[in-house]
Amino acid sequence: MPERLPGAERPRSGRLEVHKTYKLFIGGAFPRSESGRSYVVSSAGGRRLANAALASRKDARDAVAAARAAQPAWASSTAYNRGQVVYRLAEMLEGRAAQFAASVAAAEGATARASRRIVAASIDRLVWYAGWADKFAQVVGSSNPVAGPYFNFTIPEPTGVVAVLAPQVSSLLGLVSVLAPVVVTGNAAVVVASEARPLPAVTLAEVAATSDVPAGVVNVLTGRTGELAPVLAGHMDVGALDISGAAPDARPDLERLAAGNLKRVLVLEEDWAAVPSLRRLRAFVEVKTVWHPVGI
Amino acid sequence: MSFTYAPAPESREIVTLQPSYDLFVNGDFVPALSGRSFSTTNPATEEPLADVASAGPEDVDRAVAAARAAFEGPWGKMRGSERAKFLFRIARVLQERAREFAVLETLDNGKPIRESRDVDVPLAAAHFFYHAGWADKLEHAGLGPAPRPLGVAGQIIPWNFPLLMAAWKLAPALAAGNTCVLKPAETTPLSALLLARVCQEADLPPGVVNVLTGAGDTGAALVAHRGVDKIAFTGSTEVGREIARAVAGTGRRLTLELGGKGANIVFEDAPIDQAVEGIVNGIFFNQGHVCCAGSRLLAQEPIAEPLLERLRQRLDTLRLGDPLDKNTDIGAINSKDQLDKIRALADSGEKEGAGRWSPPCRLPARGYWFPPTIFTNVSQSHRIAKEEIFGPVLSVLTFRTPAEAVAKANNTPYGLSAGIWTEKGSRILWMAQQLEAGVVWANTFNRFDPASPFGGYQESGFGREGGRHGLEAYLDA
Repeated sequence: MPERLPGAERPRSGRLEVHKTYKLFIGGAFPRSESGRSYVVSSAGGRRLANAALASRKDARDAVAAARAAQPAWASSTAYNRGQVVYRLAEMLEGRAAQFAASVAAAEGATARASRRIVAASIDRLVWYAGWADKFAQVVGSSNPVAGPYFNFTIPEPTGVVAVLAPQVSSLLGLVSVLAPVVVTGNAAVVVASEARPLPAVTLAEVAATSDVPAGVVNVLTGRTGELAPVLAGHMDVGALDISGAAPDARPDLERLAAGNLKRVLVLEEDWAAVPSLRRLRAFVEVKTVWHPVGI
Repeated sequence: MSFTYAPAPESREIVTLQPSYDLFVNGDFVPALSGRSFSTTNPATEEPLADVASAGPEDVDRAVAAARAAFEGPWGKMRGSERAKFLFRIARVLQERAREFAVLETLDNGKPIRESRDVDVPLAAAHFFYHAGWADKLEHAGLGPAPRPLGVAGQIIPWNFPLLMAAWKLAPALAAGNTCVLKPAETTPLSALLLARVCQEADLPPGVVNVLTGAGDTGAALVAHRGVDKIAFTGSTEVGREIARAVAGTGRRLTLELGGKGANIVFEDAPIDQAVEGIVNGIFFNQGHVCCAGSRLLAQEPIAEPLLERLRQRLDTLRLGDPLDKNTDIGAINSKDQLDKIRALADSGEKEGAGRWSPPCRLPARGYWFPPTIFTNVSQSHRIAKEEIFGPVLSVLTFRTPAEAVAKANNTPYGLSAGIWTEKGSRILWMAQQLEAGVVWANTFNRFDPASPFGGYQESGFGREGGRHGLEAYLDA
């Protein structure tokens, strides 16, 4: 007998629950995997939760193409605007806090109270990063007193398309903590969700789709990290890579692949509950220095 | 009536060359355990200058151990304010012995004395002076309240600015509290060894700076050594990739300053005389052996022809020859290998249909020489438009609109430098935003300063050298 999905048994009210189909998020749309594959996602307690799309290598490449197409306009939007977009993401998350708490509870096996705390921390994390959008360049940039008649200044710019392997354990707070610093500085992200706990990521994608994040700026893949990560690490149109969510023994190969086009690679495991440092913000920007003569 | 220049050679007597040079390890000059050596020559004359020890893996072991002991010992325990004074001392000795360094650099490298005297050596001293002041102020560098040094830095530098690149590597590393194992390039080891002498003269504690001369295998051994906490490399993108692969998965820190194919973009409203000087400085400075060279000239169509005419006239006046002559503009190509590479790429330009032009100029009979060369009718698919030539060869392309200039300038996997020539301020800032390059020069080119961060986007590498941003490469923050 096939295993039944949760809630498939008719509840006492007599109403049959409508299940959500968890799909990929690529270029602002929610496609199934082009491969037609899916995989079973279970709760921390082993209960069958849903089928998630099992993204293929082609899906990963499509996500990079979508990110590349979206990135220049996102980078050229004002920092004030990017801050508002990320703040709006927090607003939408707040409005769906109960849904996220349930999703986190199922994914991580956390108590209802702990799950609510995780969701609250995730919302606050987004707000924290939203505020950085129009301050980061002031803090990280500089004007440089060169020995000559030149005005010389340095500003950070986004690296471009950043592939992020989301943390495997912390399905929402960890995800938000690695995604927000990438996009708030003007990059476009291709995120591989936690392999075993992907459902909060898909729901976050649904929030992104309805909160002014331009299509393609955030892309979310669900599936096997070990299958998708090498494609992204070796992709010549990906400029940087956060492999903190990869298994430690998988990282050396990913770093070697990343050397193909000299991607910037970040390995940084943080305590997601703590206030972040600026390291993730600094990891995916390039600093540009401009010289201009001074004269009359 | 024509005027000619009388020879104006700088005396080389200020330099005393030893017949042979040892490695600098733990504060002393010691013979290589490998027992091997190589010869370094003057590329302008092919005259052998000296025999230089070639460090093998056992020498790398010894130098890394010395650097580790110094890091865990005197240097690691020293207050930043004391470290600062050592760096100030080195800066001062560099200034005092500036002429000696300049002549030695020109002998070993082939660059004009005018450049080694006015650019390389003063900037090297400035780098030590600038970074000295950081040593006791690191908590104010914007990298957190208590940034810590990384440990032992393995530093591999190229032959195009031998002393200056040594200064770019050593000064920030030492200011941040690291100890160093420096490997100069095989064809230009002498100024780094003289700098080692200066470290001795400054009473720098033994092991804080070690200099291992050798070729690529010495560098590879240094990269592979597990006692090295951080690798900093300046050189080709190809070798940079190999190093990134070698360091992968080790958790050791890496910064790379690699190749480039910089676009120098001239708009029709540009100040033409300044632009011509900037183009010449952009590609013919240091014989074009410059990673951030403006090797692609993008000229807006209405002024392309008149600009080229002025450029040809200017090139007619460049003087190629004895690098020690104070009137020389173009010196020798650094090595036979590099000359072969430049020749092969220039030949490919002709074969692919670009128009080749050089001013009439007589090349010396001995030594490695290549005339300043301009290619016109270059298309973006030509090898000379895509590959780094690292020689005095300029590829000229044209454009109509600013958007087209940006598209062409960015059509490269590199991203080190770019130049913009226009009198319109808003266009400068717009172009500077659009160009994917770590350094953008507006109405100037090839300016360097220790306070100004330098480094690339994309396949030109990662990490910065110089300024507050350069400190991050040597700090755990």
